[in-house]
Amino acid sequence: MQKWLMKNRNRLTAITGILIVLAFAAKWLFKSETAESGLLLAASLIGGFPIAASAWQALKVKVISIDLLVTLAILGAFVIQEFEESAIVAFFFLFGAYLEQRTLAKTRSAIKELVEMVPETALRQTADGDFEEVDLDDLDEGDILLVKTVGKIPVDGEVVSGSGTANEASITGESMPLGKKPGDPVYAGTILENGTIRIKAEKVGDETTFGKIIELVEEAQDSKSQAERLIDRFSKYYTPVVLLLAIIVGLISQDLELAVTILVLGCPGALVIGVPVSNVAGIGNGAKQGILFKGSEVITKFSKVDTIMFDKTGTLTYGDPRVSQVKKYGQGQLAEQLLVSVEKESAHPLAKAITGYYEDLEAKEVEASQVLQGGGIVAQVAGQQVLVGNRYLLDEYHVPVTKEMERDMEKLASAGNSLVLVAVNGQLELALGLKDEIRAGVKEDLAALKKLGVKNLLLLSGDNQKTVDLVAEELGLTEAYGQLLPEDKAKFVKKRQAAGEIVAFVGDGINDSPSLARADIGIAMGSGTDVAIETSNVVLMNGSFDRIPRALALAKATRRNMIENITIALAVVAVLLVSVLASSWMNMAIGMFVHEGSILVVILNAMRLLAYRSKLQKSRKLIENNFSQATGPYTKGIESIQ
Amino acid sequence: MKKAILQLETLACPTCMQKIAGAIANVDGVEKTSVKVLFNASKAKANFDPEKTNLDTITQAVKNIGYDVLKASAK
Repeated sequence: MQKWLMKNRNRLTAITGILIVLAFAAKWLFKSETAESGLLLAASLIGGFPIAASAWQALKVKVISIDLLVTLAILGAFVIQEFEESAIVAFFFLFGAYLEQRTLAKTRSAIKELVEMVPETALRQTADGDFEEVDLDDLDEGDILLVKTVGKIPVDGEVVSGSGTANEASITGESMPLGKKPGDPVYAGTILENGTIRIKAEKVGDETTFGKIIELVEEAQDSKSQAERLIDRFSKYYTPVVLLLAIIVGLISQDLELAVTILVLGCPGALVIGVPVSNVAGIGNGAKQGILFKGSEVITKFSKVDTIMFDKTGTLTYGDPRVSQVKKYGQGQLAEQLLVSVEKESAHPLAKAITGYYEDLEAKEVEASQVLQGGGIVAQVAGQQVLVGNRYLLDEYHVPVTKEMERDMEKLASAGNSLVLVAVNGQLELALGLKDEIRAGVKEDLAALKKLGVKNLLLLSGDNQKTVDLVAEELGLTEAYGQLLPEDKAKFVKKRQAAGEIVAFVGDGINDSPSLARADIGIAMGSGTDVAIETSNVVLMNGSFDRIPRALALAKATRRNMIENITIALAVVAVLLVSVLASSWMNMAIGMFVHEGSILVVILNAMRLLAYRSKLQKSRKLIENNFSQATGPYTKGIESIQ
Repeated sequence: MKKAILQLETLACPTCMQKIAGAIANVDGVEKTSVKVLFNASKAKANFDPEKTNLDTITQAVKNIGYDVLKASAK
């Protein structure tokens, strides 16, 4: 019975609406009051029945629900023979619920799109080598599965045969497709853009990385902030209190109509649903961009952050040295070619950076080479003597150094560069400066964070103080500390919290779990590893730095949205209360209309968050779009996923 | 203890949550404090003792109060 009512609720709503229209037609066109009353009575009964049934179900599990208030209001209207009002109240209530359901589904759509990244079935190899389509739930570890071009990968596993390229944006946020060959890992929820592969399942269902992400987001959307828990508790008692109030008012004033009106006006609506819908929309928007918030508590706290700490220099820089400047003193080209030839033979970290910088140059054959400890390399290449190393090496071989060269070297060193000098046949030809460079865009992102109201930006690093100072100066960080151990960093977090600051700590989730856990907001960057997901409050799936200001902007927007919704809800309650006491036009039909209207307004307001893009993102998007036009359809598919 | 996960029809009213949570908690063998209804994901989760009850009983309890269960699994 209950099930039938649930299934046909929309139909009953429509019938109620049609009957009301017919009743008014009877009244205005045929002047038939009897027909009007009869039709309205029928409408009240048909509309009121599912509401009453629902109220009864709730009562059985000891819950006084809003349905009960409405049911009593309809019954009350029956008693005073106000069939018009009872019919309209029933209709508005049902129709409002229908609209709520439709719009709520929209606010949840972001997460639904994510869930659909995993296919429902997979092609599994049978004993005789064929492939059969099976339900995802029936898969086991060790199954061999076939994935074809543009197929969704169903499990976490390893490629056993075939090859192709996969787009793993849903897991890593990285939108460049990756090549997959036997032995490579593949992840559920990613897409094989082309090729055909067979994979061996290692993790299935909820155990996969993607499954865990989904679970995290689902739980986050339903986790409640303190404010919400308060509202929950409040509404638990609120409904019975309204019921009591209506009874008392009815008894004292002997005015049943007033009592019934209070029942309708007292329905908790926008207040109860306002905050959760903002939450769902904000978290959903984040999840689509690879920003996972663990619940509304996190959003609230993050939006008020004062201090952001970065765990290491490598978060702000590329983490390995790159060639930043080259000074040429001779003809150049040949010396560079000789340098590359020597460095190709070396395993030194600087050598890798240099060969990477000159990747177009062809190497010549190195005839002989010798390492001078603490100096560099002496080599014979194409009949020429080549020295590659530091100042000490040059002095050892009596290479002349002019004043100008001297000045260049000092300049490079004071800008934080390591020097690599190249001399050919006893003449200094090249001076290269190498350093760990600031990641592209980090400066703008930090400026954006300051604009969003973050007061302190701290770098806590294990590197030496000089390197740290240079980075801090270049980026405009407020403070920077070097030579710290992981436990020192956690102490820093503690100290700043004691000073009353709300502290966010950005780390990769591997060595910094104490700091991540201690900070008010632990932000794990880079990957969806289990550790990162567990110890942090915000997970940025994509390693790129611009997700931090994006996440903060989104948290602030979500918080603002919640406050707007609470304001709307309270204002509506206030207006209704004042008008029922002070005006003559307020009745239960209007009350129900305003009540349902305010619920829709807060849901629609929350839906704006789904489309929210920060300013920073808008300007970046423009650049990305131009890029995708230049590179053609290759990156097009990715745009649509993000 | 096993964990039951039920995928429900789309939930639209907060009272539904209370009703469903109540119905599941009333099944003998279900750990009452573990019952959790996720409103937005329209899912219900609960731990249960496989010696006292099973997934079908829990699913039926939800169906009895008028809500459809789209998918049920236990692990």
